[in-house]
Amino acid sequence: MSNHSCIEIANEWGIVSARQAGRELSKEIGFGSVDQARITTAISELARNIYLYTEIGKIDLEEISDNHKNGKVRGIKVVASDKGPGIENLRDVMIDGFTTSGGLGAGLPGVKRLMDEFDIESIPGEGTTITTIKWLR
Amino acid sequence: MRIPILKLGRYLLISVQVELDDQTALQFQEDLLNKIHQEGSLGVVIDLTSVDMIDSFIAKVIGDVVEMSSLMGAKVVLTGIQPAVAITLIDMGVSLQEVQTALDLEQGLERLQQELGG
Ligand SMILES: Nc1ncnc2c1ncn2[C@@H]1O[C@H](COP(=O)(O)OP(=O)(O)OP(=O)(O)O)[C@@H](O)[C@H]1O
Ligand SMILES: [Mg+2]
Repeated sequence: MSNHSCIEIANEWGIVSARQAGRELSKEIGFGSVDQARITTAISELARNIYLYTEIGKIDLEEISDNHKNGKVRGIKVVASDKGPGIENLRDVMIDGFTTSGGLGAGLPGVKRLMDEFDIESIPGEGTTITTIKWLR
Repeated sequence: MRIPILKLGRYLLISVQVELDDQTALQFQEDLLNKIHQEGSLGVVIDLTSVDMIDSFIAKVIGDVVEMSSLMGAKVVLTGIQPAVAITLIDMGVSLQEVQTALDLEQGLERLQQELGG
């Protein structure tokens, strides 16, 4: 797959770049306006978490496809990775309203609901990688 | 980038036409509160027709703006929230429940006039 981009998140401008790239790619893949908004919002949440809780990280965006029984399905894969402090208790951060920064605590549980697939891997002291996918229906 | 704030009698009108990055959103919060204070405004309409994404940070800024304005005696009505944005906010579990909304700027103004009695 050649449709791939990587946005470094080192400051708050990275958040804007990441969601613009996400908006473009999801439009290109053929997502409708509601799913474009969902994907863009999810990317914004992940990028902001990198900006808030780590020194630096990146967002990788990629067009993917999979063979379903009804033929080929296209989708977008969003991977947010950083070498920050990691997350001690993965269960806590997935609870609506849990925040360590005075935010709404809506970010991660929200991303999980906005996207179709959600996977989080985090090692305290080493970093966090969050992988999410939205399929085009 | 600064979001322009228009004055219409005792009301303020804002149409958000730019990409809402964090800095712009926070600057707007400050500008609006200053303007309400300066002008003694009673009502504010914020039109979001051109906003194609509201994440939890921007939702929090908007919610805070509404609360702060009301502390200062100004009622805020949000207008023009796109369907995709409304759906995304619900998915996110973010509710702007206490916030008054209307379909467009015109209806937002009408809403204020009704509530504030002219
Ligand atoms: N990449 C990360 N590295 C380390 N900790 C993280 C990371 N992402 C999230 N966290 C932790 O998980 C918590 C929950 O994140 P979440 O995005 O759900 O809410 P929030 O950022 O606190 O608030 P909101 O996103 O609603 O503004 C954060 O408060 C933070 O402690
Ligand atoms: Mg967050």
